[in-house]
Parts: sequence; structure tokens; C-alpha cells
Amino acid sequence: MPEYWDPEIETMPVEDLKKLQEEKLKKLVHYVYENSPFYRKRFDEHGVRPEDIRTLEDIRKLPFTFKQDLRDTYPTGMFCVPNSKLARFHASSGTTGKPTVVGYTHKDIDDWAESLARALTSVGVGKDDILQVSYGYGLFTGGLGAHYGSEKVGATVLPTSSGNTERQLELMKDLGTTAIACTPSYFLYMIEVARKEGINIRDDTKLTKGFFGAEPWSEELKKRIENESGIKAYDIYGTSELSGPLFTECEEQCGIHIWGDLFLVEILDPETGEPVPDGETGELVITTLAKEANPLIRYKIKDLTRKMSEPCKCGRTHPRITRISGRSDDMIIVRGINVFPGQVESVLMNIPEVGNHFMIIVDRIGPLDSMTVQIEMHESAFSDKMSDMMALKKKITSALKSVLNLAVNVELVEHGFLPRSEGKSKKVIDKRKI
Amino acid sequence: MEDKVIKQISLFAENKPGRLASVANKLKSAGINIRAFTIAESGDFGIIRMVVDRSDYAHSVLHDAGFTVSETSVLGIEMEDVPGSMSRIAEVFGEASINLDYAYAFVTREQKALLIVRVNEIEKAIKKLEENNIKLIGMKELEKI
Repeated sequence: MPEYWDPEIETMPVEDLKKLQEEKLKKLVHYVYENSPFYRKRFDEHGVRPEDIRTLEDIRKLPFTFKQDLRDTYPTGMFCVPNSKLARFHASSGTTGKPTVVGYTHKDIDDWAESLARALTSVGVGKDDILQVSYGYGLFTGGLGAHYGSEKVGATVLPTSSGNTERQLELMKDLGTTAIACTPSYFLYMIEVARKEGINIRDDTKLTKGFFGAEPWSEELKKRIENESGIKAYDIYGTSELSGPLFTECEEQCGIHIWGDLFLVEILDPETGEPVPDGETGELVITTLAKEANPLIRYKIKDLTRKMSEPCKCGRTHPRITRISGRSDDMIIVRGINVFPGQVESVLMNIPEVGNHFMIIVDRIGPLDSMTVQIEMHESAFSDKMSDMMALKKKITSALKSVLNLAVNVELVEHGFLPRSEGKSKKVIDKRKI
Repeated sequence: MEDKVIKQISLFAENKPGRLASVANKLKSAGINIRAFTIAESGDFGIIRMVVDRSDYAHSVLHDAGFTVSETSVLGIEMEDVPGSMSRIAEVFGEASINLDYAYAFVTREQKALLIVRVNEIEKAIKKLEENNIKLIGMKELEKI
């Protein structure tokens, strides 16, 4: 089993990698300026010309790009290539507005697969593996992204897509699936269905690895998934605008490796736009260094993370980011206090009596905001003594209060009451907006 | 000791319309007869406690239907249906420093009263009650009530 997919690139000395990035960045700004009317206009408005970009630090002279830009130029107004050069389109679901369309040349698709091939290799997935892709196929980038990546490393792909969970589990068992890629919430649902079907993932399947992403999830949930299923859980990262799933942790499980020859990472203070030091939380901003169809310059993803620049123990020199702790626009403000659903998940998943599902409901009662957290407890935590149940509620309430600094109503709900998800899960219902 | 103990079925139920009906329906279609029944409520949820004729079967039926359910050992104490019966039992518990977590009672067809209690020290409770010649109803006898 090879340790690296492309050792020369992956373990390149940091200085050489920076030089490579600098060259690619300089080429990129000329490329977008010449080929995309959108970028030419945006650069001109900001008074910046491609020649102004000489070093990596000069990237700060460039304007940001936002999701709204993709919407405003819908469908293909930002593209740098004519339709004849496009190999594929993907599009977002458009649930929060006009869908965003992203195009790919054949090289873009190959780079996408290359990025995941390096990632899969870094956790030991190769030709002997059977990878079940339980992300949705189609316009959503998860399914096809993981599919091409695993084909590239020579793994056998089981393209189940999402849904039809009983059948997925049957195939997982019968075909000997060794690795799976899906949202963490869908895998939780799978564990639950498996239990009902009398299947123990740990003993009855060959599954040893899972790649979970497409929604924010906590370290505590990861530990739960590992404990309940006996597999190793790896964080996978990407966004539809960049190319769907692109990066994962390596076997060291200490940060997601961002391939620096393909993408340039900045972590900025969401308010000032200034870079934050390594290890501090900020907003992720990515520049695509290799994309042909629609490159993104300083794209503000709104995901919050921390950067680690020092080389990983695995020998890879590219920068890493920590798991996404939330989205800057996912933040809910309750009585003036900032709350991230990820914080709530971290607290809850650390309490053994709490089950795997919860829902945050924010409402306004009179002039005051109220936040209720509905929780399904583990069956083993149920006691027929009311005092035990009240003590459990109190324990959860005070754990949340000490982290959120906010009084929260905790409601215990019946098992199965909260929605299960086959794709991206919804953790917050904000009734105040209605 | 087994023959002195009753297995009570406890259920977690959200406090909203229709929940009791769905529990009762499950028991009805499984042909399970309820002997004693009570609900402890606390705003958003309640704990349904009941004594049924086939406890283990009822537990598996409700569990498989997706309910959060548990089985608890409680005592079934037979009392004469006359003034003073409860007082005598309460005194035994008091003297032995046995604490009651909860209790509920009903009258049987034989004109006796049956007190169901959960106590903190069940073995000690059985011993003390027997020393005082107070009759405990076990699972077998309960099925016949």
C-alpha cells in the first residue's frame, strides 16, 4: 500500500511549495482577467491589475468573491471557458436562493479526483477497498466527487447514493464494503436502521473507515460514531463552489490537508478581514490555483476554522485546517448571545445519556427570545423515577448553560421524534423569522 | 425472591395528544391486559407506569414498536380493604427506614386492595413485610387477579 499518492508534491519542502503557489497565483490572475468579464470588471473596480500580484502576500490586494457573485452572474457569467470546453455542470440545491452553477473542464474533473486520490491514500484506502458512496449523486457534488476520487485510487466503488437504507446495509454486508462516504447524520441513521435490522456494523460488516462531511459536525460526534460502529471516522471537506469533496484528514487525524498546489488558503477575521494567526479561529477564504472553468479568487466560504501551517507527522507539508466549527452565517443570536449549533452538539455528545439526535428551536415569547433544545435520550438512560429524569434534564441544562452562557430549555422527546436525514441535516428551527 | 416481586413496565411518553392512545393500542393488539396503571407527569413529558398480565411480552412488544421502555421490580402488597391497612404498612416502612420512590393502589375483585410500591431497598422491604405477616403478591398471583 503506497503511503503517498504523489510523494513529490505531497512532501514538497514548504519553501518550494510557496514558490509553486506564487507562480500559479500570478498565472491565475492574468488568466481570469483575460478570460472572465466578471473578474476584469471586479479587478478594475478595485484598482488592481494582474501585474500588481508578484508575491503570495500580494493576494491581499485582490477583491473577495462571494456566493452572491455566483448568483448574480447565474448561470455561467463567471466562467473563463466557452461551453465547448466544459465537461460537466454541477449546481447547488438553491434552497437559500437562486441555485449556483459550477462548471468543470476535463482537467478540472481530473484535478478534483486527484485531490481526493491523495486524500484517500493518506488514510490507506486503495485498490483492495470497496468504497460505498452514500452521498447523493446528481447535481450535488458529493456523490460523483467521491466516486471519481475512489475510482482514481483503484478502489471498487459501490455507488449506492443516499436513501434506501435497508438495501444499502444489505449490500454493505454482502459485498464486504470496507469504507463509506456520506454525511455524518446519514451514517447515524444507518447505525440506527442496522440495529433494528439486527446488523451490528462492528461485527457483521467489513467496514473500517468512513468519510463524513457536507455538514458541520463535532469531534464529540466523531468519537460517538467511532464507538458505536467500530470504524475510524475521517473528516472530509469541500464545497460545491470549489468542487465538492476535496480534502480529508490523514491517518494521524489531526487536521484536514489542503493541497497547496491546487488551492490557496487564508483564514481571516470575519469582521476586519485581516489574517488571524495560525491556530486561531477565522473565516476560511480559498483561491483555486488550478481551476480552468470557473476559478474563484479569494472566495469567502463563510466556514469557520483554524489553520495549521507546520508539516504534519505523516510527512505531508501542505497546510491543514481543523474541522469546521460552524458557518459564520449559521450563528444564531439569542438574547444577544452568539450560539453555534456545533457548540450545542459538542456539549450534548459529551453526555452519555444523550442520544444521537437533537434539535434547537428558537422562538420569541413576548419580547424575549427563547431557546429550546429537544433531545432524544438513550433508552438505557430512561428511569421510571421522575427524580432521575429531572436530574438528567438539570444536568443537560447546566452543561449547556456553562458553555453557551445562556439559559436553555431542555425538552426530552421520544425516541424517533426528531427527523432523521439522508443528506444534510437540519439542526436549528428559528421560528422568529416567520 | 422472584416470586415476591412484580415487574412493572415503565414508558417514556411525550405530553401530547394521542400518545396514550398509541401505547394502549399496541397493548390491545397484543392482547395484553392492564392490571394497574398510573402516569407521573412533568410538563413536557410523562412516565407511564403499569402492571400488566404478561410483563416480559409487553416489554418486547412496546420496545419493538419504538417506545422507550423499561422493566422495574416493584412490590405488590395485599391489604384488607378496611381503614388502617395503609397505616400499618407505612409504619413498617418507617420503622425500617425504607424510602418509597412512588406508590399507587387499586382494589381487586376479591375486595382486597393492592398497593404497588417502588422502594430503595427491595430485599430489606420484603424481609420486613414478611416479618410483619404482610402478604406480597408475586407475578403469578397477579396474572390471576
